[in-house]
Amino acid sequence: MGKWSRRAFITTGIAAGGVVVFGVAIRRGDRTAKVRHLIANENDAIFDTWLKIAPDNTITVIVPHAEMGQGVHTTLAMMLADELDADWSRVDILEAPSDKEYANYALARGYTAGGVDFPAWLIDTVDGIFFRASQAIGLQLTGGSTSVRTTGQIAMRVTGAAARIALLQAAADEWQVSVSELTTRDSTVLHAASERSATYASLAEAAARVTLPSKPVLKSSDEFSIMGTSPQRHDIPAKVDGTAMFGIDATLPGMKYAAIQAAPVFGGAVSKLDPASVQDMPGVRKVINLDNSVAVIADGYWQARMALDQLQVEYSDGGNSHWEQSDIFSQFAADLDQSAEAGDEETDLASGDARAALRSAAQVLDAEYRVPYLAHSPMEPMNCMAWVHDGSCELWTGSQNPLGFAKDVSDALGMDLDDVTVHNQYLGGGFGRRGFSDYAVQAARIASSVPYPVKLVWSREEDTRHDHYRQASISRFRGGLDANGKPVAWHNHYVNKHDPEEAPHIPYAIGNQRIVYTESKTHVPWGFWRSVDHSLHAFFTESFVDELAFAAGRDPYEFRRELLQDEPRYLAVLDLAAEKAGWGEPLAKHQGRGISIHRSFGTIVAEVVDVDVVDGELTVPRVVCAVDAGYTIHPDGMAAQMESGIAYGMTAALYGEISIRHGAVAQSNFHDYPMLRMDKAPIVETHIINSGKPLGGAGEPGTPPIAPALTNAIFNATGIRIRELPVQQHDLKRTDFRETDVA
Amino acid sequence: MITLKINGETHSVDVDPATPLLWVIRDYVGLTGTKFGCGIAQCGACTVHLNGAPIRSCATPVQVAIDQEVTTIEGIVKNDGELHPLQQAWIDEQVPQCGYCQSGQIMSAAALLENNPSPSDADIDQAMAGNVCRCGTYPRIRKGIKRAALAINVLHEEATTDG
Repeated sequence: MGKWSRRAFITTGIAAGGVVVFGVAIRRGDRTAKVRHLIANENDAIFDTWLKIAPDNTITVIVPHAEMGQGVHTTLAMMLADELDADWSRVDILEAPSDKEYANYALARGYTAGGVDFPAWLIDTVDGIFFRASQAIGLQLTGGSTSVRTTGQIAMRVTGAAARIALLQAAADEWQVSVSELTTRDSTVLHAASERSATYASLAEAAARVTLPSKPVLKSSDEFSIMGTSPQRHDIPAKVDGTAMFGIDATLPGMKYAAIQAAPVFGGAVSKLDPASVQDMPGVRKVINLDNSVAVIADGYWQARMALDQLQVEYSDGGNSHWEQSDIFSQFAADLDQSAEAGDEETDLASGDARAALRSAAQVLDAEYRVPYLAHSPMEPMNCMAWVHDGSCELWTGSQNPLGFAKDVSDALGMDLDDVTVHNQYLGGGFGRRGFSDYAVQAARIASSVPYPVKLVWSREEDTRHDHYRQASISRFRGGLDANGKPVAWHNHYVNKHDPEEAPHIPYAIGNQRIVYTESKTHVPWGFWRSVDHSLHAFFTESFVDELAFAAGRDPYEFRRELLQDEPRYLAVLDLAAEKAGWGEPLAKHQGRGISIHRSFGTIVAEVVDVDVVDGELTVPRVVCAVDAGYTIHPDGMAAQMESGIAYGMTAALYGEISIRHGAVAQSNFHDYPMLRMDKAPIVETHIINSGKPLGGAGEPGTPPIAPALTNAIFNATGIRIRELPVQQHDLKRTDFRETDVA
Repeated sequence: MITLKINGETHSVDVDPATPLLWVIRDYVGLTGTKFGCGIAQCGACTVHLNGAPIRSCATPVQVAIDQEVTTIEGIVKNDGELHPLQQAWIDEQVPQCGYCQSGQIMSAAALLENNPSPSDADIDQAMAGNVCRCGTYPRIRKGIKRAALAINVLHEEATTDG
């Protein structure tokens, strides 16, 4: 084990002082001194650890989040630059190093304390606590749609605003005028009365000696000049000419390549290995047994792959090869039956008396839904280059949690955390997968046995079969309607809860609710998958609401509207999506339209899907999306995230299915785990509401509503209610029936 | 030794002739803009041009490319650094998200526009269906292709008018 002890991180938090630069909103101690060598040039002044001002008046924002296409580097820099009144055309962006001084205290605070408004006098202390807590758990995470809401609000905007106050004060002191006579614009302080001006760079050194308020006043949204606009993303030019560096592109002189195969059955291990079977193959350097996997190092990657194919190796199955997908669902169903019988379910939510209300309901509806396991399948297969030298380990990879990876590698190699460095590259897709450090730990272990750097690249087959999977699940509903078709009871029982906690909750005014779950463990490794539990629960709940509407003989949009009368935010989003989609306009017989609404990560999204079903052939010409994230910092980025979240969720809804055969994943590559392609991709229209409520996320909330909106639309077109995903396993040829024909 | 012509430059590499062109381009020639996605010609991340035609380099043995013209994403930028109209359109439409598939997308689109300067939606569907994007940038790719087609046609008209 590494020496990552409680004492170690507390010691690093103690101030040494003596530096020119100083803190803004966080407990600084000597942090600027500690990070200076990581980010600054000789003449740069560092404000906090998120901002530096160079002598040429270039403003650099240091962002502690990984760029995986969500535009977070640009969006977070906008938040700081706007509060600072910086010249956006002269703003550079740097990703924070995987140093423990960049453990993301803001994210920890936002995540743990939510929107708690700490008093000014407490902020230094509170941030100090969270900073240390973040260090302790190696938190430098990009996920949970948290970046804008936590880092952006807590670190970026406060830093920008506080630094601006310091610069104003420095100018006021120099010119012997009152701060109130000064204004700021484009990285310059102006004194209109005397027509004087000074660049931020010229004031930076003096400003760095000003003591700052911990809680500077932030701009109101009508004062924003950068936030709320859509400047071009900084990462895009390198992504159109092949120069963007992803983890897989990292190279070092003398580097060799590794290919890897893990025991196919989860829980299995290498039981027999004959390295001699490939030692004479071209380029082969070494065969390495990593206990549950085996790797071949060769001069070229293809040589390593060829040798791995030829390698004589056998694996044990960890006692898990009897598992078949049908058995897993049978176990889920049996565990649901058993715990319902015993009454020992875990409770998510209980209000009123759902069981009594069901007994007295005029109409009771039952439905059971199922979803399969899902892999993440980012376009860039897992990979990591590692170099163990001089008592240290350096890693080049794409990670959603570089500091966490460094900690896991330090544990695996028995090194100090200080001796492990992650050079984070662009991520060729993350979606939650790149929060798991398995591939980095493998690369480090492989590299620790040789004197040269090694680049480990997984095959697509390995990527598909050794993911951390979105759980499969069964969810059962019983709903009650009164004589007027008004829902009076909502009973939901499902297997396997992860998070967020509120994912199965509904916003609807239904008096008696009981939402419960039962754990039913399997040997399949679980992982965060874009929107996590919301990805399945929105499908379950928004399908069942649709079923209740149909049972009540009501239009599904009007039905939802009535149940959202006390939820004006939801109502506005729902109405906007319906209006923009032309809800209620007549459709041709082969067409269908479906609606859904779901809140996740603080953001409410409604989606209306149009489908055509001709001779059982499904096409999805259009998705209309309305989103309220409180305030949208970068509207085009928000639209891009809605497009992306919808495509990701639609891929899963249409095709996504990882199934277990003889204990292992049956699928292997894009031919048997298919993806949405250009010819099936809908037009996506995004409409944004700025309600002024607390900020929500963007990367994930587009995903949950798409599956139910799609299957609700298929029901509307065909009368076929899809209760089990993916859609592609269903025959949609039945077109003799239409909801509107019978309703 | 195998001799290859990539982006107009000649490279000699000592590899097994059965090695997929992708790994030769990336690991031996050192051009990393071309990406590995699936290894079985299912995703298009590795798309390059062989004599102007789009191919999946992950499933093409390097021997096929001997004495042929190979063009990668790095090779469609003009010598003076001017971007290909598709690359510019990709910036204007803010197409990429993670960006990993975009070299392949642009190479497929470039081959399409070379043969069909005014593609219809159906033409775009057909030419681009071999390229997967997990970030779902398809609607923007479609817009990007149309924008680039317009730019190319305007340039062409100007050239014709001037002539």
